[in-house]
Amino acid sequence: MIPFLVCVLLFLFGLYAIVVKRNLIKMIIGFCFMEYAVNLFFAFAGFKREALAPIITDPDMARNFVDPLPQALVLTAIVIGLATTALMLALAMRIYAKYKTFDITEIRRLKG
Amino acid sequence: MRGMTSIVQTVAGLVAGMLFLYGCYITLHGHLTPGGGFAGGVIVAASFILMSLAFGSVEDSERSSYRFSSFFESLGGLLFLGVGLVGYFAGYAFLNNLWAMVGRPLHLVSGGIIPLANIAIGLKVGAGLWAIFLALGASQYVMKEGP
Amino acid sequence: MDRLVPLFVVLPLAGAFLVPLLAKLWRGLTDITANLVGAVLVGLSVYGLVHLATGSPAVVYKMGGWMPPLGITLVYDSLSALVVLITNLVGFPALLFSVRYLDKFTGRWRYYTLFMLLLAGMNGVAISGDMFNMFVFIEIAAIASYALVAFGTEAEELEAGFKYMVMGEIGGLAILFSIAMLYAKTSTLNMADMSQVLARMGQTPWFWLVLGPMLVGFAIKMAMVPFHSWLPDAHLSAPAPVSAMLSGVFIKVLGVYAMVRVVFNVFGLARATAPAFFNMLVGFGLVSIIAGGLLAITQKNYKRLLAYSTVSQVGYILLGFGIGNHWAIVGALFHMLAHAVTKGLLFLASRSVERQTGSREIGTIGGLEKSMPITAWSYILGSMSLAGVPPFAGFFSKLFIILGAVAAKMYWVAILAALFSTVTLGYLLKVINSVFFSRKGVEPTPAKESPPMMLLAMVMLVVLAFAFGVGFKPVLDWVVRPAAEVLFSGLAYARMVLGG
Repeated sequence: MIPFLVCVLLFLFGLYAIVVKRNLIKMIIGFCFMEYAVNLFFAFAGFKREALAPIITDPDMARNFVDPLPQALVLTAIVIGLATTALMLALAMRIYAKYKTFDITEIRRLKG
Repeated sequence: MRGMTSIVQTVAGLVAGMLFLYGCYITLHGHLTPGGGFAGGVIVAASFILMSLAFGSVEDSERSSYRFSSFFESLGGLLFLGVGLVGYFAGYAFLNNLWAMVGRPLHLVSGGIIPLANIAIGLKVGAGLWAIFLALGASQYVMKEGP
Repeated sequence: MDRLVPLFVVLPLAGAFLVPLLAKLWRGLTDITANLVGAVLVGLSVYGLVHLATGSPAVVYKMGGWMPPLGITLVYDSLSALVVLITNLVGFPALLFSVRYLDKFTGRWRYYTLFMLLLAGMNGVAISGDMFNMFVFIEIAAIASYALVAFGTEAEELEAGFKYMVMGEIGGLAILFSIAMLYAKTSTLNMADMSQVLARMGQTPWFWLVLGPMLVGFAIKMAMVPFHSWLPDAHLSAPAPVSAMLSGVFIKVLGVYAMVRVVFNVFGLARATAPAFFNMLVGFGLVSIIAGGLLAITQKNYKRLLAYSTVSQVGYILLGFGIGNHWAIVGALFHMLAHAVTKGLLFLASRSVERQTGSREIGTIGGLEKSMPITAWSYILGSMSLAGVPPFAGFFSKLFIILGAVAAKMYWVAILAALFSTVTLGYLLKVINSVFFSRKGVEPTPAKESPPMMLLAMVMLVVLAFAFGVGFKPVLDWVVRPAAEVLFSGLAYARMVLGG
């Protein structure tokens, strides 16, 4: 249970950074935290006590394995995270070039 | 981008070639050992990034690298689709494996289309990460050109 | 058809990777490739519909030849067919419109690459039969759309893109979190297999705990009212064809379709077994209709007005699914189709006005009906369809939803829905009166008609909106009813996919 609580804690750290911090880069770091929390949670989901991993059929051997599928899925999720982080950073850079600031409270040209 | 000191440059020159080879090795042996196209591609891109950081670059070389990387990224994507379509046009499902369903241990040429798909992914990921690095790090050129 | 299903994803992906290579040869090749892919996709989706309508069973495509519970499947049933049709019917005119729209930009191939990825992602969401695969396609479409919203790289566009991206990604993470919990509990990712496991478990508190984050994620993607704040900015800032795609298709495929598929076919909920949940949907739908409609009336900017109108119309779709009887769901699906076509049309027409006059504010231009007749009349006919004037498509969809509400004895809901349909007419009339017809004391703004390619795209959508309205009977019988059947049959989806 404790690993899952750590994930939740990490997720809340990230959410805190996104909601409270005013600097775009800090918001992006907070976003990365949230993403890692979800990925970590998914990776933990591969282990179940006294359960058999799906691919290996020999029960004695299978008890020593964790389910490999979540790891493959997390790898995919990390790739997606890479793309989103890169795009966010690129947007933040362009915003800095236009507004000359990373402060979210001063980036308010759109109203409504 | 400015380069770094000669200590960094010497070490980077020694390491980068090996890093590149190591990335190729991981890509090619994706069906036999841990790793594969994505991990190998990242390592290949790391060797490029290391050289670029250590030796610096001028706008001309950034421009040509950017073209080069975007070309290879598209090529990698098309190759992967092509590999998927091999099974499709042979009369099976999309991404169907053709010759052998499983890789034989310690045999590089085995596993049907899996090594080919790994190579395509490695190409795409390596070129893509290199392009991301250029777009974020060498933005003077990219920003000047506009969208 | 059995072998053509993966092409819905493969073709736009191939287009996306070919465009940068072809751009090196000749710039015009990018236009030709992208539009060709769009046209072929329309043909394929129509062919698929005909295939299903003539009585053939739904297609279950096994990627790589692996059997369903283990491998990734693509499922092309009537509901997927409807959604794929919506995507491509709006996608092709948007691509046609883009050809001249891009004259002011330099990165033509970047735009087409992103647009093709957007199409690939949305088609993929519609035909995916695997939870995680669906998430990946959602993210492909979403990332492409973030980049497209910020495509102009002006200050406002970047700001809107960033805002949209932060909200959209939180939604994406919520969906991923939910999928992780589902996998931990059911040990499968195939939607059909998962639905059988969930049916054996029953509606425990855990069941709702998993559904919660996922619904929040989909609600952000579909801009339901508490989560709608990204939508007006994004629609205002995006290039017009992208606004048309976002408003017409994106929020329906990634938000509504994905939610409906998960709720009805994976979690196996229906009005009879989970009335509280469906009442909640009705509530959120009504809130969206009212808030979106009222906010739309107060807007001065005609693109922002359309964006708020989208919030309101998505409320109708949610309301239809929430009422959950036969007519309401048929109406909701029909409204997805009708709203996609008409809202796409309205965004394209308003871009045409903006291009020729250079203004986005309602008070500053007037009398365009004389100088730009085709644009003006497509806008007017589109508004009539959206506001529910017979014989256009929008009339029948709203009629069915209201009929459903009456049949479910929700008279207040029916009255509110009918009332806010006139509010729709009100805010659209405001635009029509001040922008297209001349008033006393206001000189008609001098303007020329848009280029023929743009007009062709708009006329295509007008014809579609009219055809879906006049020929509502065949559309209903062949397209919408079978799709509604998929939702009603609930867990029969699992038997269909797994065979036997």
